[in-house]
Amino acid sequence: MKTATIEATTNQYDGLEPLIYELSAAGRIGVNLPEPDVPLSDLPADLLRDDLNLPEVSENEVVRHFVRLSQFNHAIDTGFYPLGSCTMKYNPKINEDAARLTGFAHLHPLTDVEGAQGALALMYQLQEWLAEISGFAGVSLTPAAGAQGEFAGILMIRKYHVDRGDTQRTKILVPDSAHGTNPATVTMAGMQVIELPSDKEGNVDLEALREACAGEKAASIAGMMITVPSTLGLFDRNILPIVQTVHDAGGLMYMDGANMNALMGVVKPGELGFDVMHYNLHKTFSTPHGGGGPGSGVIGVAQRLMDYRPGPIVDIIEEAAGDHDAPLYGWTQPPKTIGRLKAFHGNYGMHVRAYAYIRVYGGTGLNDVTRHAVLNANYLRARLKDHYKLPYPRICGHEFVMEGRFADSDVRALDISKRLMDYGIHPPTNYFPLIVPEALLIEPTETETKQTLDRFVDVMISIAGEARENPDILHDAPHNTPVRRLDEVKAAKQLVLCCAPLMKQVD
Amino acid sequence: MSYIPHTEAERQQMLAAIGVTTIEDLFEAVPATHRFPKLTLPAPMSEMDVMTEMAALADANEHAGDFALFRGAGAYHHFIPSAVNHILLRGEFYTAYTPYQPEVSQGTLQATYEYQSMMCALTGMDAANASHYDGATSLAEAVTVALEAGRGKRKKIILSHAINPQYREVVRTYHQGGDVKVVGDRGQASIPDLIDMLDENTAMLAVSYPNFFGQIDDFNELAEKVHEAGALLVMVVNNPVALGLLKSPGELGADIVVGEGQPLGVPLSFGGPYLGFFAVREKYVRKIAGRIIGETTDIDGKRAFVMTLRPREQDIRRDKATSNICTNQGLMAIATAVYLSLMGKNGLRKVAELNYHKAHYAAQQIQHLDGYSVNMERPFFNEFMVTCPAPVSRVNEALIAQGFIGGYDLSADYPHLKDTMLLCVTEMNSRAEIDALVDVLQEVE
Amino acid sequence: MADLKFPDDVRYAKSDEWVRVEGDIATIGISDYAQDALNDIVYVELPEVGDTFDKDDSFGSVESVKAASDVYAHVGGEVVEINEALEDEPEIINADPYGKGWMVKIKLSGEADLSDLMDAEAYKAYCEDR
Repeated sequence: MKTATIEATTNQYDGLEPLIYELSAAGRIGVNLPEPDVPLSDLPADLLRDDLNLPEVSENEVVRHFVRLSQFNHAIDTGFYPLGSCTMKYNPKINEDAARLTGFAHLHPLTDVEGAQGALALMYQLQEWLAEISGFAGVSLTPAAGAQGEFAGILMIRKYHVDRGDTQRTKILVPDSAHGTNPATVTMAGMQVIELPSDKEGNVDLEALREACAGEKAASIAGMMITVPSTLGLFDRNILPIVQTVHDAGGLMYMDGANMNALMGVVKPGELGFDVMHYNLHKTFSTPHGGGGPGSGVIGVAQRLMDYRPGPIVDIIEEAAGDHDAPLYGWTQPPKTIGRLKAFHGNYGMHVRAYAYIRVYGGTGLNDVTRHAVLNANYLRARLKDHYKLPYPRICGHEFVMEGRFADSDVRALDISKRLMDYGIHPPTNYFPLIVPEALLIEPTETETKQTLDRFVDVMISIAGEARENPDILHDAPHNTPVRRLDEVKAAKQLVLCCAPLMKQVD
Repeated sequence: MSYIPHTEAERQQMLAAIGVTTIEDLFEAVPATHRFPKLTLPAPMSEMDVMTEMAALADANEHAGDFALFRGAGAYHHFIPSAVNHILLRGEFYTAYTPYQPEVSQGTLQATYEYQSMMCALTGMDAANASHYDGATSLAEAVTVALEAGRGKRKKIILSHAINPQYREVVRTYHQGGDVKVVGDRGQASIPDLIDMLDENTAMLAVSYPNFFGQIDDFNELAEKVHEAGALLVMVVNNPVALGLLKSPGELGADIVVGEGQPLGVPLSFGGPYLGFFAVREKYVRKIAGRIIGETTDIDGKRAFVMTLRPREQDIRRDKATSNICTNQGLMAIATAVYLSLMGKNGLRKVAELNYHKAHYAAQQIQHLDGYSVNMERPFFNEFMVTCPAPVSRVNEALIAQGFIGGYDLSADYPHLKDTMLLCVTEMNSRAEIDALVDVLQEVE
Repeated sequence: MADLKFPDDVRYAKSDEWVRVEGDIATIGISDYAQDALNDIVYVELPEVGDTFDKDDSFGSVESVKAASDVYAHVGGEVVEINEALEDEPEIINADPYGKGWMVKIKLSGEADLSDLMDAEAYKAYCEDR
């Protein structure tokens, strides 16, 4: 009996870890709550629910469950994470402590401005710094993520034209190497995409751009979205003529700032002529990625778009009385604003972390960040160039793209990625940018040591060898991970999106 | 600098391997005219000094650690068990990214799947996504789903004025580029008035539950009428703690349930990061935006989780995608999953009851004060409207001087609600605090 | 490519649909080449009977795990029948794209203009060039 029971227990779950519902037992609770200290009121009987299907688990079991789950993750804190276009740099721990200071964490967003001067001063200062780094006239901290920053930028461009009576400007130029968010943003804003090809150097095809903006077509161009350096990790040599061409057509320039880690103290997008861009604070300024958010997609804008920014914006509403006094900070709404993007005023906890990060580094330090991010990427590129095909063999920015395929092997980029997991390394970004076959987009970031990079090179060279001598070890990879390759077809067909049947069973 | 690990010797070795002499050589593709601008930023600072400066900024705020907080209006000060923060501080969770590679992301994937499951239980829906940015953007995305469900032919969106004003503003921001008509919320239309606006051009009707004023509206016949018109019923949950006590929106006939998840384990944090929950009936699951986690097996037959329904998303569908969202509020969804696991069915009920009893106690005490009246027309949860004998700003000045953060001034968004504050009482407010608040209110001239 | 079928009783579009016109009814589906490129089809979105489409309209979509393709009508008219079996078993398209894997039947609103579409030989050549 006993043995059978133990077997039944160990075989009870067919996964890595039971679902929290599978740990549930009726009447158990994981929290210690007070009894009411006020007289009880009658509950509205006809409005009450009969049942609530939440798990019933002790605090100890909840903690163990989620700690065990966490251990199935690869994270920056556990190992190298060269996921291109995501800038998986070290997240300094001071950021977390700063965001958890009681005066920030327990500050209500609708606190009267007089009672929120510390928080507002921080936001004001961050606005100033981010404007300086990007060379723009001003910023808005409100966008919740890069994608929302893009949306805000395109809505601003749209409204700028509409307000001038230029209502026929509905087309946005987007290179074929762009992040998927770019064309999706254009559609979301009710505008249309014109896709531009890239040339063989990885730059935007300048002739195609000029053609798209030529003659009568110019009057329909609302603007262009472009990533700098590009999603291929390359500085477009024609960036000034590109900006010029679009401006001459009457369009505005949007810069996708996902790759700002390559630009700090190297070039200011505002000075290149861009009209608007978004930052990803969770990339460039080390706020955590959180397993997929929260992000923060602060936007910077040139003078002509200042009045269109999504608010609220922090401004000085009363100058300081004397040298030793502080000014009074408050909220303003730009006069022609596209409107509010979310409730309240952005992901403030991310603003706090980015503030801490910029404060620690200062101006020269941020330039050092960029210099070392670019150094690390070029070092990997140089050391891997004889082992993998580099479609654009030139000096790169903070990341570079390789082809994950070989003439003499049926191994593909996905197999290489899965094999990297066996070595405790997170795979690069796969199959993006779309214009490179079997793309592997590699971004080491500045916080990795030469030793880590050298080991990655050794592993990649060894995998290139395996691809020829023992391809099955790649096809079958990963071998050492908590689970192996998943049946994604089953997931998409069966659509088990919550444990509803199980919940009924638990009843 | 401690976060950049390179030694001078390593830098030289690396430059040699690349085949250049200086790091500056790596930037020659950047136009020389604009290369290496000066950054006018403060000098670097030690970790110690940064923390001192930031602590001073934090201390300069009137926060719920020092003040008795009676303000809600879309952000709520609820108890968060210590375990929630300890799980969030696991570097394995907070320094991971979107689980593109499921073999090394099962932690995030399963935790998010559990979040989805709990949100389904709470809302009475069949499926939930991994979250949106906040309650407001969830509502804006619900509009997109309703427009899709109406095959782009139904263009009218009916919103109740009792939905958080900021949410309604965000809906208008999101849909300014389309030919959508948003109606119903500019006056004081009642639920029957909203029902009268339904027609064959209506894609959805949205109400708030509880509403922005803390009240529970009468939804009798609402779902039936909305569905008769061929439209979708969207419910905006102003504070999901209320669902520990109240009927689920699913039971009331909602097709889409959205709301602000912050009260479920996320601190106020001056307005973000929060999370927007988004749950639907099965019929609409393929039309929703955002990450969705599904169950499957690996090649050894072991249960495992993976992002599914991926072709809806921007990175695959590009200009055909209905939303550009990529990241959600992943870590906040995990916070909510941990919070709801700790609370369980009985804990959340108990928290909801604490809110209900304390709010009603406070309302009764204030109701008896000279010059004050509490709106008792509808049942309410933990917020209620108080009409004051003076402008709300003056009442709040008197309160802050005594260490209380008073209610939200409704007159800015609702001009007809002059001198009316929206007062919020949660389990964090003790009876002594409530009694003291009442005493101060009594003294306001 | 060698194993893919290109029957000559239908006409093909560059966007990989096939159209078979019998009387005033056009039957539409996706080609063997398209199903092979998509791989395992996991979901098919179809219109409702009674919906009308112009020849340039998309009437639905076909999804695999990693891709989605809109499917275009190429003829104008009203949907008179949809292949409901695809709702539960979208993989029928993988198994039999020209037969049991048909998607919709449209009653033509006028004379069908199939001049933009290719015959089997031209389409096969077009696929081989990609």
